[in-house]
Amino acid sequence: MRRSVIPGFGLSLGITLFYLGAIVLLPLCALILKASDVGLAQLWGILSSPRTLSAIRVTVTMALAATAFNAIYGLLLAWVLARYQFPGKRILDALVDVPFALPTAVAGLALTALFSKKGWFGVPLDALGIQVAYAPLGIAIAMAFTSIPFVVRTVQPVIEDLGSDVEEAGRSLGANDLQILWRVIFPAIFPAFLAGCSLSFARSLGEFGAVIFIAGNQPMKTEIVALLTYIRLEEYNYQAAAAIAVVMLAMAFAMLIVTNAVQAWNLRYLGRGDV
Amino acid sequence: MPRPTSERAHTEWMVTPVGAGPVTRRVVLGIVAILTLLFLIAPLALIFSSALSQGIGTFFNSLTEPGTQHAILLTVTTALIAVPINIVFGLAAAWTVTKFVFPGRTLLISLIELPYSISPIVAGVAYIFVYGSQGLFGPLIEAMGIKVMFALPAIVLASMFVTAPFVARELIPLMQVQGTDEEEAAVTLGASGFATFMRVTLPNVRWAVLYGAILCNARVMGEFGAVSVVSGNIRGQTTTLPLQIELLYQDYNVAGAFAAATVLTAVALLTIVIKVVLERISPDHAQAPARPPGH
Repeated sequence: MRRSVIPGFGLSLGITLFYLGAIVLLPLCALILKASDVGLAQLWGILSSPRTLSAIRVTVTMALAATAFNAIYGLLLAWVLARYQFPGKRILDALVDVPFALPTAVAGLALTALFSKKGWFGVPLDALGIQVAYAPLGIAIAMAFTSIPFVVRTVQPVIEDLGSDVEEAGRSLGANDLQILWRVIFPAIFPAFLAGCSLSFARSLGEFGAVIFIAGNQPMKTEIVALLTYIRLEEYNYQAAAAIAVVMLAMAFAMLIVTNAVQAWNLRYLGRGDV
Repeated sequence: MPRPTSERAHTEWMVTPVGAGPVTRRVVLGIVAILTLLFLIAPLALIFSSALSQGIGTFFNSLTEPGTQHAILLTVTTALIAVPINIVFGLAAAWTVTKFVFPGRTLLISLIELPYSISPIVAGVAYIFVYGSQGLFGPLIEAMGIKVMFALPAIVLASMFVTAPFVARELIPLMQVQGTDEEEAAVTLGASGFATFMRVTLPNVRWAVLYGAILCNARVMGEFGAVSVVSGNIRGQTTTLPLQIELLYQDYNVAGAFAAATVLTAVALLTIVIKVVLERISPDHAQAPARPPGH
């Protein structure tokens, strides 16, 4: 350690380690310890049960659908906020923060009421024969709502930083708008876009509050992994709860590694590898 | 020739930038406007219109109903405990990783940010295995007669888990940019560590602390998953405001659920307003790289 003239290292490190140890690491270790008590055969039995597999399938599929929607809508939002001047721009920018600021239970309640058979959107959708609330589609919509800011806030600063020189170079070489968009702009924002999408996907995998309101929560149909963990706990089936929670933890770590790798690539791409 | 700054470059467009043509612009703005109206504005509008659908009298009756009153009190109590502790932790963590160079610093930063990546449900379940009757310390604290699980302490602890990075994450990029020169100067001139912190560091980061604290507060008040697991959802005892919304909704008291939801929506909208104001009055903060928060 480089000697610093600034005092207080011991105290501040102590507070930091105490909080992290007692609040964050202790419970995670207890969870992993509990799951390691479960024998391998039993663990396999819990995880390969049709209900668990179905919950994993529903969660992953709907998280992918939500991320696909957010990829498009988030990219458009980021583009509009970064490149256009228009009345109400500040309000739109603030609205992007709503899904993060709004509690997930409130979001879930509102989305359910919107898409229920008597709701503002439910009535016309029902006439078309599309069911959203209490159906898998509702899960995807709740996941998309709670994770949309990830894509916008990751991509927006990168579009803002794009220099005009490369675009002008492309133009002077005879490229049209679509060619510049596809060959000049998109490659430059792609790493950030991918990072935003992976953050959105990771968040969707773990989302609970918003989803359980709208999902209907039928086992084998609209039950997500997070809810199944909760149900196993309420049934006092601690081993199953621990096993499924550890799988969620492993998925979160995997997504964290993917996101960090993409973000490192993103920073290298921007020439800010030293950050 | 010096490279033009990006700001100048924007004003020096020789040709129309991509997407700036009148037709493209209108189409893209139109699509975004429609999607935003349906996806972000409609839910907000619905919350207020549903809460007031049976008249302002019913709305206030729902809010003053004992269960909801108790939930509001519990939620505010939780925030009053968790947020100040989080501020102390955030300041200590940011001070540690930005003012000193030591082995394991990067690992420590990753650890601070770890709770963002973990589903609140996992956090809640993990707490059961510490303080629950099946947990590591459960039997011990039970023998000592202390109640942690399904009571206020567990609600506060779970809230502290999910919001651990909130203040630290706002401070670290900012204090990184500010460096250690000012603190080193103060200490060299004879100021104590505490005086240096109070008179040099804190004034430099006060807006970022406030910013992190209001985001942390909004999250603590709105946390659902983790609190739902550790509180045991005991009606009238451990139901925080988000849990009360679920309870009322399950009781088919939709007007009551929406009335409770307006309180949290108001907190959320106020949080966004303060955020916008802070970003305007504190240009320093805007320079710190913006990164979206996690769960």
